[in-house]
Amino acid sequence: MVNPFRGFGAVFYKEALHVRRDFGTLFFSLIIPLLQMFLLGFGIDTNVRQINTVVYNADGRRESRELLDRLRNSDTFRLYRFVNNDHDLNDAIISGKCRVGIKIPVDYSDRLLHQMDAQVLVLIDGSDSSVAGQAINVTTAIGLDESLRRVLPASDAKFAVDMRPKVLFNPDSRSPNFFLPGLTAILLLNVTTFLTAFSIVREKERGTLEQLFVTPVRPMGLLLGKLLPYLFIGFFELCMILTFMRWVFHVPIHGSVLLLAFLSLPYIFVSLSLGILISSKAGTQAQAMQLAFLTILPSIFFSGYIFPRETMPKFFYVLSYFVPATYFINITRGIILRGAGWAHLWMDGVALFLIGTILLIIAARRFQNKVILT
Amino acid sequence: MADQNATAISAEHLVRRFGNFVAVNDVSFRVQKGEIFGFLGPNGSGKTTVIKMLTGLLPLSGGQATVEGVDVGKDPDAVREKIGYMSQNFSLYTDLTVTENLTFYGRVYGLSAERLRNRMDEVIQLNGLGPYLNRLSAQLSGGWKQRLALGCAMLHEPKLVFLDEPTAGIDPVARRQLWDLLFDLSGHGITFFVTTHYMDEAERCSHVAYIYYGKLIADGTPASLRELPDVQPVGTYRVEITTPEVTRALRIARTIPGIRSATIFGQSIHALVDDHFDIEHLREQLLKNGLVVGEIRPLAPSLEDVFVELTYKNQLAMEGARG
Repeated sequence: MVNPFRGFGAVFYKEALHVRRDFGTLFFSLIIPLLQMFLLGFGIDTNVRQINTVVYNADGRRESRELLDRLRNSDTFRLYRFVNNDHDLNDAIISGKCRVGIKIPVDYSDRLLHQMDAQVLVLIDGSDSSVAGQAINVTTAIGLDESLRRVLPASDAKFAVDMRPKVLFNPDSRSPNFFLPGLTAILLLNVTTFLTAFSIVREKERGTLEQLFVTPVRPMGLLLGKLLPYLFIGFFELCMILTFMRWVFHVPIHGSVLLLAFLSLPYIFVSLSLGILISSKAGTQAQAMQLAFLTILPSIFFSGYIFPRETMPKFFYVLSYFVPATYFINITRGIILRGAGWAHLWMDGVALFLIGTILLIIAARRFQNKVILT
Repeated sequence: MADQNATAISAEHLVRRFGNFVAVNDVSFRVQKGEIFGFLGPNGSGKTTVIKMLTGLLPLSGGQATVEGVDVGKDPDAVREKIGYMSQNFSLYTDLTVTENLTFYGRVYGLSAERLRNRMDEVIQLNGLGPYLNRLSAQLSGGWKQRLALGCAMLHEPKLVFLDEPTAGIDPVARRQLWDLLFDLSGHGITFFVTTHYMDEAERCSHVAYIYYGKLIADGTPASLRELPDVQPVGTYRVEITTPEVTRALRIARTIPGIRSATIFGQSIHALVDDHFDIEHLREQLLKNGLVVGEIRPLAPSLEDVFVELTYKNQLAMEGARG
């Protein structure tokens, strides 16, 4: 019986040496994700605030100015520009300088004073859905509030239904809390997939792969030997990212850090296997690079990192189960924000491990049949 | 039947197809243990393909290959334990030192720590790698790279070593030293399967075969090949004509009756002539055309003559088959 992992130790030894020799590359591949986290963590605010707003106040009397004050005080709108005609109002939106245009008609105050209904035109740029949604919600709410104030006589009136929303886990809606646990998964994927994406194709280009195939090294021994040194590196990177997240961005970790560390291993394993599979498919390092880039966008958009998976069309919802980042984002958000435990997350860990194993077996089969050389 | 125990490689009716293209066409040969087997042929004629088939890198489309007593088609893994292989580009890890390259290949073959240490000492001494142990292999010159690659291929003490163009692109001194080393090792019973373009290297082999567009067209000792009827037809002999103006002389020589074929070799022309051909008549003809003629003397065919002749004959045969 041939040991299917034959050559593992030798390849591991060699890969570790490669890493040590090329320390510069390693250093950059580890430091760049931290820089990206730094930029994104400070630069991205997922709450929509201070939307540039253009105002055409044709009325100009007290009631209209009160309405504008309320809009300003909502913190959602920044009254950025005042114009005197419809054309300028439209132009400010089309040019992209303002996302919302508010037109208060000339008879606004008159109609209100005569107990008639007054209209306010709110133009919203729909090219950014989160901005548009927020603008609709806030203007509608302010309109409703203004109306109620005028309809209900005095302050003793009560609402019949009192909705009391309570936001769990991230009560202040801090962006880093929501943003960084998911970003951890994406950054980690980028580092690890790229680490192994070149590992095999480089040997193919150098001709050393052919040499290896004439030795008793078995495909699984070769692949795992190439993968394992990078598992340590990936894990180290995860620790750095988590440290940054916790102490620089003050994202509290509600669950067990140990569990998070443990469940990150199958995820790193998947990303490395994906890199190895890419490397076995690619003919040149340039091809491997392109293929590795191909993995990034689906991981961002189909994993639920930015858009909720529930709103995806059925097909893509099913597809998202094949995106490793889906599971790991569930794990990071679960542990970091919701304080989830092993009982909630073990299935995600198992799913990651299975995907990684399947990817690695596919890669190994390509070696078995030597397709890679021809 | 030849002694099976004395056979290192037995290739029977090897065929390899890539789609419709037949890269190796019914190739059979036998390599005895301890031989230096020179495998020759033009570029793209199938040399490397045959090596890949014998080392289990490429499956056979037909035929059977037995290497060191193991059927390659049935158990390529068992073959890999027994052979060494040095590919055209030496296949070293350039960012690893000499010692690290050796250690890696030793571990790949599963040598125990102690055996690895002993073998490394032996290989280092044999190849004279001592002064370079901690140098990155990227910084070695071609000749030293080749020695290191040979060392890596021989750490596990294979009885059979494949060398694919081991001397391509290295300097003449290193080339000479490599061959001395091969003779030395073959004296210890190790078989070498060597491909090369250099005819002087072919002359040094104890057994040569020539492959031409997938077909084996010569197989034997260098001496026996020189006596092939195709090379040296009955009633002919070879002459060497020395002259400074070889191209013009060749054109003239080819018009002279009695000369069957003529080829340029450096500052001379090798011609195959009829037995009753008059050398002095040839000299007169050349002088009459205003050529300076040096020595004209009979010559035993070189291996290059052999291969040129056989290639020419096969080209004619192939064209005949096509037309």
